[in-house]
Amino acid sequence: MTDQPLRIGFIPLIDAAALIVAADKGFAAEEGLNLVLHREVSWSNVRDKLNIGLFDAAHLLAPVAIASSLGLGHIKVPIVAPFTLGVNGNAISVSPALHDALMAQLAGDPADPMATAKALAAVVAARRREGREPLTFGMTFPFSTHNYQLRFWMAAGGVDPDEDVRLVVLPPPYMVDSLANGHVDAFCVGAPWNSVAVDLGIGRILHFVSEILVRAAEKVLAVREAWADEHPDTLAALVRACHRAAMFIEDNRGEAADILARPDRVGVAAEVILRTLDGRLKIARDGAVRSSERYLLVGREGAARPDPVQAAWLYAQMVRWGQAKLSADALATAKAVFRPDLYDRALGTIAKPSHTVADGIGAFTGPLFDPADIEGHLAAFAIRHRAG
Amino acid sequence: MPADAVVKIVIVDESPIRAAILQEGLREAGFTAVEHISEMHNLLARIYAIDPDVVVIDLENPSRDVLEQMFQVSRAVRRPIAMFVDQSDAASIQASVDAGVSAYVVDGLKKERIKPVIDLCISRFNAFARLQDELERTKSALEERKVIDRAKGILMKVKSLTEDEAYVLMRSTAMREKKKIADIAQSIITAAEMLK
Repeated sequence: MTDQPLRIGFIPLIDAAALIVAADKGFAAEEGLNLVLHREVSWSNVRDKLNIGLFDAAHLLAPVAIASSLGLGHIKVPIVAPFTLGVNGNAISVSPALHDALMAQLAGDPADPMATAKALAAVVAARRREGREPLTFGMTFPFSTHNYQLRFWMAAGGVDPDEDVRLVVLPPPYMVDSLANGHVDAFCVGAPWNSVAVDLGIGRILHFVSEILVRAAEKVLAVREAWADEHPDTLAALVRACHRAAMFIEDNRGEAADILARPDRVGVAAEVILRTLDGRLKIARDGAVRSSERYLLVGREGAARPDPVQAAWLYAQMVRWGQAKLSADALATAKAVFRPDLYDRALGTIAKPSHTVADGIGAFTGPLFDPADIEGHLAAFAIRHRAG
Repeated sequence: MPADAVVKIVIVDESPIRAAILQEGLREAGFTAVEHISEMHNLLARIYAIDPDVVVIDLENPSRDVLEQMFQVSRAVRRPIAMFVDQSDAASIQASVDAGVSAYVVDGLKKERIKPVIDLCISRFNAFARLQDELERTKSALEERKVIDRAKGILMKVKSLTEDEAYVLMRSTAMREKKKIADIAQSIITAAEMLK
């Protein structure tokens, strides 16, 4: 094995947990690895430093790994993801004013994304009649699950995300401020930022994204394909260390929360982190709570094993919203980013983790996802990018 | 873009000193249309209003992700914007990331016209880093000076030495113990405080 430090970039978010715990709890050291974690401020920075080799590995948005491999939006660097650091974990929060407006239009259960999406369509139409500015939604990156989750949800209710509202990128630490001062009316972001907005009384959690999609690959452990080829043993050791860390987190959430809370790691209160790991979040300042076993999966339900169906679904969203052209080659490239074979090789023969989601995605509306027929699948959705 | 058109450059930087260094350099190099945005608020709207050909931004600025959106919302910009360096230009990317600078350039702007802008930004970012470094060193040198002077005062008083003798004593102790003279001085101060 190697004494060389492994330089790994991360963004201070709860779903960097497996990497942080692997480093700080000694699992990496037991694998003979010397992890040096670098806290970063933007996904562009993580991607660029990974792509040019300043980092050996990174905590990366799953769609960024795919976009990098396809050469979308930036230079083309093939990336492989042998480990999924998190499945789900985002939430959509809205300002109290937008929440009131949505509830006034709501016909049905506020936890039903179709009901809230239709209410959103009614609010959007009313604002247009009154000649008011379109609603603005914050998300974290053009190639992000947050972007696709917001779009999937609102389009289901008849809201065209490119015509009827504004979607803007905001660095996660700026989300809460932007909601407070009215620059955005809502946002979709990972933990801890929704909880921070709730605790300040300036936002309400409208949905966990697991209510929109039962399983959505959120962050991956990303390495350059060339690096993976040159360092198979180091990579396998890294996957094992992350795997042990993920299992530790699921079994020892309190201690994991304390580790993540350190100022040089995620740097928010351990209590807020624990809420996220438990999937039991305060959704309003008055103390109302919503729970989901699936709020954030770190290792449970086979979450850590990369699933190429997830990569295909993310690529399909890029096609749906005009970021990518549909081609068999691009689909194959996208799917090849997620590498269950590397995961299996690192961990030895293990039983394939099972979950009960029929198509691996579990969207709240639309047909089951079929990676073999993306064009046909997308045809079932009325709203999509015209130029795509 | 016609060859004689002015290249409009926007510098996005929260550090006024670095922005000034960049601006000055670009002006000296003949780029007259240079603007500086220091406020991250409503960044996209302001960039759209200026409609620059090149955006230069500090790599560690969290708003870089916001700029990346310009690739995506071409609906809102008249022209798509792409990162300067093309895929074959890995060396330039490396140099630019090492220096801490990131540049976004309107797609279609000739590479020969952009190269000097980027090269200049890289060297200015490096110059700024050196300046910061020097400043840090000067600061810590001043701190050390203060510590040494205080320790000298203590020795002069306690051991009835002249200023020169006190300094020589500290220096020879530092040499014997292979330590920095400032560290010896700090120990003298600490000891004196404990013995008060």
